Amino acid sequence: MLTILFDGIAYGMLLFVLASGLAVTLGLMNFINLAHGSFAMAGGYITVVLVNRLGVPFFASLPIAFLASAVIGFVFERTLYVHVYRKSHLDQVLFTIGLVFMSVTAVDYVMGSGQVFVQVPRLLQGRFDISGIGIGRYRLLIIVICGLLTVALQVTLANTRFGSRLRAAVDDSRVARGLGINVNWVFALTFAFGSGLAGLGGALGAEILGLDPTFPLKFMIYFLIVVAVGGTSSITGPFLASLLLGISDVAGKYYVPTLGAFVIYTVMIVVLIWRPQGLFTRAASR
Amino acid sequence: MAPPPVAVRTATEWLAARAHWHPLEIVFWLAAFAAIYLLPARHLILTEIAWLGLFALSLDLILGYAGIISLGHAAFFGIGAYTAALLAKHEIINEPVIALLVSGIAAMAFGFVTSFLVLRGSDLTRLMVTLGVALLLRELANRYGWLTGGADGLQGVSIKPVLGMFRFDMFGHTGYTYCLTVLFVLFLIARRLVNSPFGLSLLSVKGNPLRSSAIGISVDARLIAIYTVAAGYAGIAGALLAQTTAFASLEVFSFYRSADLLLVLIIGGIGYLYGGLIGAIIFKFMQDYLSALTPQYWPFWVGLVLVLIVLVGRDRITSWTAPIRQIAARLNWRALVRRAGASSSEGRRR
Repeated sequence: MLTILFDGIAYGMLLFVLASGLAVTLGLMNFINLAHGSFAMAGGYITVVLVNRLGVPFFASLPIAFLASAVIGFVFERTLYVHVYRKSHLDQVLFTIGLVFMSVTAVDYVMGSGQVFVQVPRLLQGRFDISGIGIGRYRLLIIVICGLLTVALQVTLANTRFGSRLRAAVDDSRVARGLGINVNWVFALTFAFGSGLAGLGGALGAEILGLDPTFPLKFMIYFLIVVAVGGTSSITGPFLASLLLGISDVAGKYYVPTLGAFVIYTVMIVVLIWRPQGLFTRAASR
Repeated sequence: MAPPPVAVRTATEWLAARAHWHPLEIVFWLAAFAAIYLLPARHLILTEIAWLGLFALSLDLILGYAGIISLGHAAFFGIGAYTAALLAKHEIINEPVIALLVSGIAAMAFGFVTSFLVLRGSDLTRLMVTLGVALLLRELANRYGWLTGGADGLQGVSIKPVLGMFRFDMFGHTGYTYCLTVLFVLFLIARRLVNSPFGLSLLSVKGNPLRSSAIGISVDARLIAIYTVAAGYAGIAGALLAQTTAFASLEVFSFYRSADLLLVLIIGGIGYLYGGLIGAIIFKFMQDYLSALTPQYWPFWVGLVLVLIVLVGRDRITSWTAPIRQIAARLNWRALVRRAGASSSEGRRR
């Protein structure tokens, strides 16, 4: 029972790291980025190549996956996404679906369509018991890393100069420009950081979620659920939402396996009907 | 009786002008029906174009005329396809035309129920709800394998002759004639619908829901109505697929289908009914050509086209047809007649 809770929390934390970048682009920049999973997939495959083929230690490959995905995100933002910010939601949806399709088939072409796994160091394999609760070492690592990231993210957004610049740029980009804030630059950095987080999540999650070329499509709905249920006005909303989603998904698959993903979709639709702005938002956002 | 107010008169005239048949439209449909005799070797792909065009037309009704972005339109398509296939398999309704109608009604009923889900919320909410509904149905169809055949698809379906006379053949001759006739009839209905005051009110809802309700349009009722109708159209398109291929599989609900459909509509252009049909023609021939080169990587080309279209700009894509449309405008004899009439009498504008 508690083991399921533990696994659920690890899963939820992972989802949060994967989706937090999307919460930023969607909530702060009001941009529907369905291709977010593609950056996660990039991070995952980079780790796989580094660890399995080049023999880079697992712990060293995580920051590389973060940086590489962030760079990819940055390049895409500067070259492609900037042209789409001002367009309608329909255009954004079409554009990002196009990117998803291209990334899925491109990875399929380069890496093959089969599922791949990362060779996790022996230190992280297996599980140990604390008063009857089975705790997987790898999952414990995920919880620690993701927990630290969450705190760092919250502090960055709330207490640093960059955080306040970002919030200013989002609230009113014209006034922010007038105050001398380089809004384009802030957006680009934010986007890159969000992509980097997704890449890190993909690298960490390759072991648990499974990694194959259809990853962006399979998890698109999960990311969207996190953001939509959690609301986009803060970091805590998506965080709670991903924990809820992670725990209920693991528990659902354990207790009622015949229903499968059914529960989650139903819950999502009900929540969206009940509170279109998300569960954890205080005031109505735009 | 007092003459109607000016606003009503202008609106009526405007709608009447829109409802006029343009010569190019007549040419389009003549060409489509001529293909029954002229292109017998191409009937299989033409059949696909016909039901895909109908499917895109149904998306155009909600996206182009009501402004609802849907990522899960395949849900209704799938319901229609499975209904038609099941009706034929268990020999409940043997007549394809009646089965088609029943499938359409089943999809409509489901569309009516789910239409309440898209009334509220932003584009993102609608996107997710529609996507969620399609995924949910796919999950259900997968789960109830005893009914739907699960992942293997529904096999052993045999479709009886249309109206008891025209047997479906493997070259798609009957299939094309059948699909095209259904498409034409439903197109006429849709054309009537969007050129009615109801269609005009939809456009106003799309433009600004708040102001529309302020001038007395019941926004919710309009959206529910058009969503239900569009669901029925999509269901009939799905039923056509099931009947012409005598097969239905989980793939009818897939996300790819909904996304491809958006591309079809975008290629042709949104909001003028022919967009879906023209898009279907271009899309199918493109698919025919590119899939032959690299069958496995077909989605890559879909993605590339989507990205390019958005980057270039949708309005600019349609502007390459500007010269053609200019010629078409010159061809429009009714406009000429009206202009001549207008200059002789009082100066009326459109």
